[in-house]
Amino acid sequence: MLIIGTPKEVAKNENRVAMTPQSATDLQKLGFACIVQSGAGAAARISDADYRDAGVTVVRSAAELWKQADVIAKVQAPSTAETKKMKKDQTVISFVNPAENKKLLDAAKNAGSSLIAMDMVPRISRAQKMDALSSMANIAGYRSVIEAGNSFGRFFTGQITAAGKVPPAKVLVIGAGVAGLAAIGTAQSLGAIVRAFDVRPEVAEQIESMGAEFLFLDFDESGSGDGGYAAPSSPEFREKQLALFREQAPDVDIVITTALIPGRDAPKLWLKDMVEAMKPGSVVVDLAAERGGNCDFTVKDEKIETKNGVTVIGYTDFPSQMATQSSNLYATNIRHMLSDLTPQKDGVIVHDMEDDVIRGATVVHKKKITFPPPPPKIQAIAKAAPKAPEPTPEEIAAQELAAQRQAGIREISMLAGGTLLLMLIGAYAPASFMQHVIVFALACFVGFQVIWNVSHALHTPLMAVTNAISGIIIVGALLQVGSSNWLVVILAAISVLIATINIVGGFMVTRRMLAMFQKS
Amino acid sequence: MSSGFITAVYVAASILFILSLGGMSNQESAKRSVWYGIVGMGLAVFATLFSAEVGNYWLIILVIAIGATLGSIVARRVEMTGMPQLVAALHSFVGLAAVFIGINSAVVPPEGLSGAEQAIHEWEVVLGVFIGAITFTGSIIAYGKLAGSIDGKPLILPARHWMNLAAVILCLLLGFAFAAHWGIWTLILLTLIAFAIGAHLVMGIGGADMPVVVSMLNSYSGWAAAATGFLLGNDLLIVVGALVGSSGAILSYIMCRAMNRNFISVILGGFGGQTGPAMEIEGEMMATEADAVAAALDAASSVVIVPGYGMAVAQAQGSISELTRRLRAAGKSVRFAIHPVAGRLPGHMNVLLAEAKVPYDIVLEMDEINDDFPETDVVMVVGSNDIVNPAAQEDPNSPIAGMPVLEVWKAKQVFVSKRGAGTGYSGVENPLFFKENTRMFYGDAKASVDTLLQKMG
Repeated sequence: MLIIGTPKEVAKNENRVAMTPQSATDLQKLGFACIVQSGAGAAARISDADYRDAGVTVVRSAAELWKQADVIAKVQAPSTAETKKMKKDQTVISFVNPAENKKLLDAAKNAGSSLIAMDMVPRISRAQKMDALSSMANIAGYRSVIEAGNSFGRFFTGQITAAGKVPPAKVLVIGAGVAGLAAIGTAQSLGAIVRAFDVRPEVAEQIESMGAEFLFLDFDESGSGDGGYAAPSSPEFREKQLALFREQAPDVDIVITTALIPGRDAPKLWLKDMVEAMKPGSVVVDLAAERGGNCDFTVKDEKIETKNGVTVIGYTDFPSQMATQSSNLYATNIRHMLSDLTPQKDGVIVHDMEDDVIRGATVVHKKKITFPPPPPKIQAIAKAAPKAPEPTPEEIAAQELAAQRQAGIREISMLAGGTLLLMLIGAYAPASFMQHVIVFALACFVGFQVIWNVSHALHTPLMAVTNAISGIIIVGALLQVGSSNWLVVILAAISVLIATINIVGGFMVTRRMLAMFQKS
Repeated sequence: MSSGFITAVYVAASILFILSLGGMSNQESAKRSVWYGIVGMGLAVFATLFSAEVGNYWLIILVIAIGATLGSIVARRVEMTGMPQLVAALHSFVGLAAVFIGINSAVVPPEGLSGAEQAIHEWEVVLGVFIGAITFTGSIIAYGKLAGSIDGKPLILPARHWMNLAAVILCLLLGFAFAAHWGIWTLILLTLIAFAIGAHLVMGIGGADMPVVVSMLNSYSGWAAAATGFLLGNDLLIVVGALVGSSGAILSYIMCRAMNRNFISVILGGFGGQTGPAMEIEGEMMATEADAVAAALDAASSVVIVPGYGMAVAQAQGSISELTRRLRAAGKSVRFAIHPVAGRLPGHMNVLLAEAKVPYDIVLEMDEINDDFPETDVVMVVGSNDIVNPAAQEDPNSPIAGMPVLEVWKAKQVFVSKRGAGTGYSGVENPLFFKENTRMFYGDAKASVDTLLQKMG
């Protein structure tokens, strides 16, 4: 049985933990044994006793844990001190940032351990359950609004009170990835007016679905890159975009920027002059601070105030600030990753390098650096098919007119045909017969008109009731029972009998059915 | 009593019947409208008893008493899942009565007919007997198929369309012979051939098309009554027969449109020819357990349940109702999506759910709910198959291509409760079961839902 261990995070200000009692319970079901370092969950408000209750062994020191565990699950990439504890055939799962962490990859390679990067999980639907970047971004988006509200001196929602009118706060979200959408949702539910911008026109729908207004940029260039991320944009596009922001700056109260392009520094989007154009008391939260920030004033991990009284927040540890929540989500992501790694649920890890998800996330395996991965076999997001040109209103009108005319012609020709047929019959048939025909034709029309309105749910009762009513044939049989011919009497009597069964049975069943329909 | 009075009562009865059918447009007025029908029928029978031709009162009272007793016993005993069979069986009675009345009228023709009047009368007899006979045997076969005593698969005889056509032409010739007074045997022979046509027609229709067949037979029974009205010169029979006939025809038309099928091809039986190889299905079916379903339902905030014939077979509606009650008590949105041809009778599912006390305002039609699936967390498909088959939209070669279906695969997660890995009534493979967000929850629908209820505590 393999042992999964989670050490206490060594990085400063890191409150998260990669294993919770809940995820440990699930991991044990997969056939693993779980251990944690004492105090690992303290910052996320999980005590050692909580772990013990979930069947987790608590070990005293990090050194002991690294020695015992076959799989290490942690949040931050292993520190230099930690890489020294790695051992052969150990699997380490954490955030890695492999593109800028060459030293760590080399260390893992030399130690002979496998390194799985949670931030390299490909963005395909099957892998969503282990997409830790998304779950952390979700928290960051939420927290960014809360943090902005903390520094913002007004209500989010507009109010009219006895003490005066309060205008609603206007929030601008730049970049509608997971974090951006979460921020939109949070600001929206606090009652603010939310606008959002993204270079990828296809997310307009998602923005609007969250209740925000999509700031539309009239420019024929899509900023979509691979894997659902944004791609760098041309200088002309950038100018247009900045002009749009410049226009918004004096109007909005809170700006939340989340624009990131994979493998590059964050683009500068909220420039010095825009901040200066903002009203005093406004807030800018820069979720891209880790990568240099979208705002000119951003200072990483700090909250500053500009000369004109605008607060610029550059914290990078939003998920860590909500350690209980983020640990829960992250631990679940880890658990899903491990369950994909143990297809037999027997506590044996099968490192299937043919699997898109596992291949993508693995950066060091069997003494080889396997980063960057080949492109996944499955397309992340299906490219939108080019839309057929929509018919103009005139064309639609013309089509409708033609359809109407055709329907009219058909109706008139049918009526004319019917009239001719009737006239033909009328020319030969006796008058008494024609009277019956009139009655018959009218009754047919009444039947057609009446039935169109019956609701689908009542089709069975309708059938039962029409069935009962068709028992009206009893009238014909009754008229024949009085005959002097014995054969006629017998046949008519049988007809009366079965018609009666039909009538009584049909009506009773209908009533039984209808009695059952009831409203909540 | 004067014939003027009888006519007046007939007018009242006709109006009551029209109101009775019209009142079926919603659940509240429907309960009242059944009474219109009952009163109308009572008035009609009562007034007819005063006609000059009626005699043998003791016999009439006796058979009506027996018939009423039998009818009420049947109506009380029948299970709601047995409703389709019952309706089909009752249709056969109307057909048989129409045959008898027609033969009677041929044995003892009304007096004082001559020339064109007589010719018309003979043809009315032929028509009444012909339609009645087809209704009779057709309904009996439909009953057998619905009750499961006859195999549901369509019986495809070689050249069956030609056989039907030949039989109809033969009937036409016999009709001419009868009108030319060759004797009563021509009419009897015609009846027998019409019996054969009726049986053969319905034998050739697959079980999945039964809703259409039942409503079509309903329509036939109406036309049979109308033809009888013509031959007896009775306007009430004509009016009511035409009402029933046209309502059945409309209902059949609505059903066919819901299946995107040509009305004629359904009546003539069998599926239209397949035009090419079916699309390859990728992926694999993934089974799941009650635990996982319970957990998913627990986490969901919106749930849609799609019932089908499998729910009726397993009698699972009570358990489903209990599940619904619990989920709703937990504050979740639970709705039912009903496809127009779910089950074996139009509106079949609605009746079963109503029996199980599912409130009807959360039971929605396909068009009302189809756009909501992308926002739905969990869809539970209980014993339905073809009506949730994405091949209808994706595979132009599929036998059910173009049929409107419930787009359940757009929901976040789909659970399919199903007895085994087999195909639906149409025999078409269902790609839904192979989708990534679909899990198969194998087992008898009722047993599965009951275990689910236990797991949910």
